[in-house]
Amino acid sequence: MTNPPLARHLLRARDLADSRYFEPLTVADLAAAANLSPSQFSRRFKRTFGEPPHQYLLTRRLERAAALLRTTDWTVTAICLAVGAHSVGSFTTSFRRVFGQTPRTYRAMHSPAESHLRVPRCVALAYGRPKNRTFREDSSVGEPYDRTGTRSARRTP
Amino acid sequence: MIKIANAQFWVHDQDEALAFYTQVLGWEVRSDVTMEAWNFRWLCVGPAGQNDAGLVLMPVPGPPMLDPDDSAQLAELVAKGAGGTLFLETDDCQGAYDELSARGVTFNDPPTAQAYGIDTSFRDPSGNNIRLTQVLEFDPARR
Repeated sequence: MTNPPLARHLLRARDLADSRYFEPLTVADLAAAANLSPSQFSRRFKRTFGEPPHQYLLTRRLERAAALLRTTDWTVTAICLAVGAHSVGSFTTSFRRVFGQTPRTYRAMHSPAESHLRVPRCVALAYGRPKNRTFREDSSVGEPYDRTGTRSARRTP
Repeated sequence: MIKIANAQFWVHDQDEALAFYTQVLGWEVRSDVTMEAWNFRWLCVGPAGQNDAGLVLMPVPGPPMLDPDDSAQLAELVAKGAGGTLFLETDDCQGAYDELSARGVTFNDPPTAQAYGIDTSFRDPSGNNIRLTQVLEFDPARR
């Protein structure tokens, strides 16, 4: 059996960064995935993929953080932790270096996540229904829902 | 052309489901927004690299959508495994099985040769079934 090319080992490390970036991964972990010593790994990773591994991992984390700022209502701290960064201060500094603005400013520059949420109409109708469905006209319809009535499609999103 | 955009699972606990699909399965959050007025949280996840389809993780609803009895029954049915199945594909069933097992996933069955490939299955924390298949050229002799 022939040995796979070095790039295949390096790709294994890059795949690990892509899939487990939110874990406390280090360059040493990535080097271990590629079965190389850390110094050898960093040099060869950069030669193959054009950037050093720590920068690749950080970029991946920041890219995910930017997506979470646009698509969720999580706090900046929660997003920082969710992408595997442990210091909000250094995360914010790195974010500003790459995106040219702080995470909060970046979020403010985009429309709120809720405004481009594609909640299906059936879900909006179901969850948007008033919780208290009484008009005080008849005690029998004052119940929060009509258990004797026909189950309508409105109940199911 | 009509395509699948999102599928949906009922879940017992959205935070627990979110942790499972992201930290264990390795998926990404597509959107997570809470609408206070509706007391509703739209939570959608999906596999990294496949942006055109997602899985919406919906809490088992209570009134006014479902009365308390129906809500409890639905929660129990999901816990019993009657909630439905998500069919996933991989190019390495055994590798995925080993990796997810190491992360604490309990599989219903080991990777098994079938005429259509190799597959296995596991459940999310609520009990929803997830089938994972490595599709191979159809071969009735494989099983």
